[in-house]
Amino acid sequence: MISFLSRRLAYMAATLLLVSFASFVIIQAAPGDYAEIVAAKKAATGAIISAADVQAVRVELGLDKPWHEQYWRWLSGAVQGDFGFSWAWRRPVGEVIAERMPLTLAIAFSTLLFMYAVSIPIGIYSAVHRYSFGDHASSLIGYLGLAIPNFLLALVLMYLGQKYFGQSVGGLFSPEFANAPWSWARVKDFLAHLVIPVLVLGTAGTAYLIRSMRAAVLDELDKMYVLAAKASGLSPMQLLIRYPVRMALNPIAATLGWRLTYVISGAPIVGYVLALPDTGPLFLNALLNQDMYLAGALIFLYCLLTIIGTFVSDLLLVLLDPRIRLE
Amino acid sequence: MMIAPIDTPVLSVRGLSIALDTRDGHAVPITQDVSFDIARGEVLALVGESGSGKSVTALALMQLLGANLKVARGEIALHTQDGFRADVAKLGARGKGIEAIRGARMGMIFQEPMSSFSPIHTIGQQIAEVVTVHEDVGRKAARARAAELLGKVGIPDPVGALDRYPSEFSGGMRQRAMIARALICGPSLLIADEPTTALDVTIQGQILELLRSLQRDLGMAILFITHDLGIVAQMADRVAVMYSGRIIESAPVRDIFRRPAHPYTRALLDAVPRLGDIDRGRRIRPIAGSVPNIFDVPPGCRFHPRCPVAVLPRCAELQPPRYASGRHEVECVHGEKVLA
Amino acid sequence: MSLLESLAPSRFLFRRKRYRPDLASQWQLMWWKFRRHKMAMVGMALLGVFLAMTLFAETISPYPPGQRNPSYVAGPPMLPRMIDETGAVHLRPFVYGSKAVRDMVTLRMTHQADISQKWPIRFFVRGTPYRLFGIIPTDIHLFGTDEGFVHLFGTDFTGLDLFSRTVHATRASLGVALVGVTVSFILGAAIGGIAGYFGGWIDNFIMRLIEFIRSIPTLPLWLALAALMPRDWGPLATYLAITTILALLGWTWLARTVRSKLLATRHEDFVLAARLSGCSDARIIRRHLLPSFLSYLIVDASIAFPEILLAETSLSFLGLGLREPVESWGVLLFAAQSIRAIDQAPWLMIPGVFVIIAVLAFNFVGDGLRDAADPYSKS
Repeated sequence: MISFLSRRLAYMAATLLLVSFASFVIIQAAPGDYAEIVAAKKAATGAIISAADVQAVRVELGLDKPWHEQYWRWLSGAVQGDFGFSWAWRRPVGEVIAERMPLTLAIAFSTLLFMYAVSIPIGIYSAVHRYSFGDHASSLIGYLGLAIPNFLLALVLMYLGQKYFGQSVGGLFSPEFANAPWSWARVKDFLAHLVIPVLVLGTAGTAYLIRSMRAAVLDELDKMYVLAAKASGLSPMQLLIRYPVRMALNPIAATLGWRLTYVISGAPIVGYVLALPDTGPLFLNALLNQDMYLAGALIFLYCLLTIIGTFVSDLLLVLLDPRIRLE
Repeated sequence: MMIAPIDTPVLSVRGLSIALDTRDGHAVPITQDVSFDIARGEVLALVGESGSGKSVTALALMQLLGANLKVARGEIALHTQDGFRADVAKLGARGKGIEAIRGARMGMIFQEPMSSFSPIHTIGQQIAEVVTVHEDVGRKAARARAAELLGKVGIPDPVGALDRYPSEFSGGMRQRAMIARALICGPSLLIADEPTTALDVTIQGQILELLRSLQRDLGMAILFITHDLGIVAQMADRVAVMYSGRIIESAPVRDIFRRPAHPYTRALLDAVPRLGDIDRGRRIRPIAGSVPNIFDVPPGCRFHPRCPVAVLPRCAELQPPRYASGRHEVECVHGEKVLA
Repeated sequence: MSLLESLAPSRFLFRRKRYRPDLASQWQLMWWKFRRHKMAMVGMALLGVFLAMTLFAETISPYPPGQRNPSYVAGPPMLPRMIDETGAVHLRPFVYGSKAVRDMVTLRMTHQADISQKWPIRFFVRGTPYRLFGIIPTDIHLFGTDEGFVHLFGTDFTGLDLFSRTVHATRASLGVALVGVTVSFILGAAIGGIAGYFGGWIDNFIMRLIEFIRSIPTLPLWLALAALMPRDWGPLATYLAITTILALLGWTWLARTVRSKLLATRHEDFVLAARLSGCSDARIIRRHLLPSFLSYLIVDASIAFPEILLAETSLSFLGLGLREPVESWGVLLFAAQSIRAIDQAPWLMIPGVFVIIAVLAFNFVGDGLRDAADPYSKS
């Protein structure tokens, strides 16, 4: 077990290094370097900028150094929370992200919670009542959930919300609570606004999880040990909960990391369409404006989140499955 | 076929027919008119080739048939020492009635000790659970009982074994644990479905020895399902031979080996190699042909296409009659002559 | 029986009478099994409709996709009717004419049906000339009107007919997905083939790489790549670049399938036999291994297809993928980005319905193929 975990930890570190490098490459790949952008911005305000001034900025930021030194500089900064400067926001990237990251996390975890809370019972129901009306209905909804692009679902829900519920669906707070201090009413308002992003982000994943839970339980129900347990007098309910369901939770836990990756993957677009004050619009606007320090930092952080998620899911798997624990 | 009961038998099966529901709505019979009794403390061996319906019969006794199999007709009367009586065939596959019987009054062990335990629960959990399901005892008491039983089936360090996982056990150990699980509530009847087929020969012997001694100590009856005539000779008091879903001969074990009455039983015995065969110049004679497909059962006597002494066209048209002589019964046109 | 023979439809029809699974070839078993999957057959039919739309886009659409109708800007969909306001039944379907009305609340010009005017819909009418398949000059359109106009899906804020645009956009949407799947198919088969055939450290390295790619949120990464694409690239260059980026999405699954199937089959007797008779590695892969699991590859490709379609739609919707003048469903949805636009013209979301139907169709077919790929499995 120790060797399993240390292997996973080493793998995690290697992945992180690769990811940081990929993020750095993306920052570097933008046409023109940061010094030129600064110069262009200043020139736009009417100031006269000479080539020497550009060079001075370049030297100050270390942009004249070879790429591996620049990478090292960026990485060591990133580890301390310094991700460079966003010219679009005229503030350090770290600050801009810190304001919005908590909301991204809140949405991601609510979505995960929603996905598992909905899909596990429905998946079990579908497996036990195979080919029943409920099973067919859930697989039909599942097909639809997988087929609707997130952004379209967001648009439709937003349209319906606006038209029939009069809810200001954009953002995460009603105008009267936007700047209010935290209170019970504000929490309720926040939760109400969370429904649409969570639904949008969670639908496809839920559909997928229902399918895999159903398949896993069906697979387990056929196992010899279920028959053996039945032969010793367990009732169908006891049987289901003690063996197939418990067993089927393993693959579900094992995919937690992937599910998180999936949610994080979809979050920027949904945040953008719903105009949430999270990192989604931040990221897409940074890309559209080629504000690459911000974009690179966000990619790095998104990856970091999923890597941690994968590690947590490995840990869960070890806790749930004695066969890995005994290895 | 009837077997005269000495005492009230623990289990009395009458006219049991099991049918398979095919997808197009037909019911294909898997077993037909199966009848036998098991007396208290008796070991009955149910013998047959694979596909003869012996395992399905065993599952039906505890209402464990798969979704597309069902008991079409017949009676499964259970009568245990404590005066409990029930017709299992009428209980249905779900509900308190049958659940109170499974594991408590009838125990069952299976062929595959590898897959008969859940890999993610400890042996102790899985054995103690049977006690908590059937009896009003606490977890501690159930664990103590489990440890006691594990000791009885010959597992070293039974208390330590409680907290180990099935993957830490060898095949033989797992089968011992399985026996402990089947016996922990003191059933009157143990159904053993080829319990040693998947084990090494040396382990096989140990498990059989264990079953024999437990059976003597606890006074329970055993329905032993096997295709191995060597095991039959070692274990059984009485034997019932199944062919293509019917019991074609039953007799005390001595009679089956000394004077088999049915041509199929004789053929089975001839197909078994014996010590000294080479010295005596005897050759193994395999049975020609194979067990009929359940979808395509021959009319009349089901064995007639493979039978060396078939009387045609009679055997191909009519179900052969049953003849009995004492406790030896046979289903064959030659039965009367042979038993006389 | 040869593959060619088994694929001939007349033989299928003939053989249908005698269902003999014991004598059938593997491809025949697969087809029998696929045909039993009703949803898969529905999916096939839908894909047929989409194929027709890509081939005959100019004929099916009543107007060229770039033709503006200044008298019907941001107009709602016009419903073809056969029963008029008096309850009289017309054998020829018609649409009501339209009149512009000013909404007294928002002070915006909106279009309303004018029931005093009826414009009959005619089939195979003459309209704007075009070249069918880019070769045959013709001016026949599937339907249209002699007087007035017909906009089944309404028009956008510039007065373009949404129906004609959606039909034309099928080409780019399915085209990108097809090219993307093909590229990822080749990538996946090649990389997975290398991993599975050679094994050892090469296999280990490739598997780690795949695991790495899967463990990071790829969509933001592809978004970033798409954003880095120079804005001044022409439509063709953008098209190719986007297709390549999308192809990078799908190959990992295919590679894994190819690898695991290879590992499973490389030790089988027929491979050993081929090697003993002196076949080269490449020949063994091509002639013996690939055919033995082609069906699984087709299944994976049918699953990758909707994934790539959805990714392209999302990218284009955000303005990071295809752009005008190329038209895909995602490009059309770009106009529906703001809540204000949807509020005024909810019909701009109609191309999204096509995306959903296409993805559903592919998923159904994929499921059918998955069941059929293993023709010896039960049910």
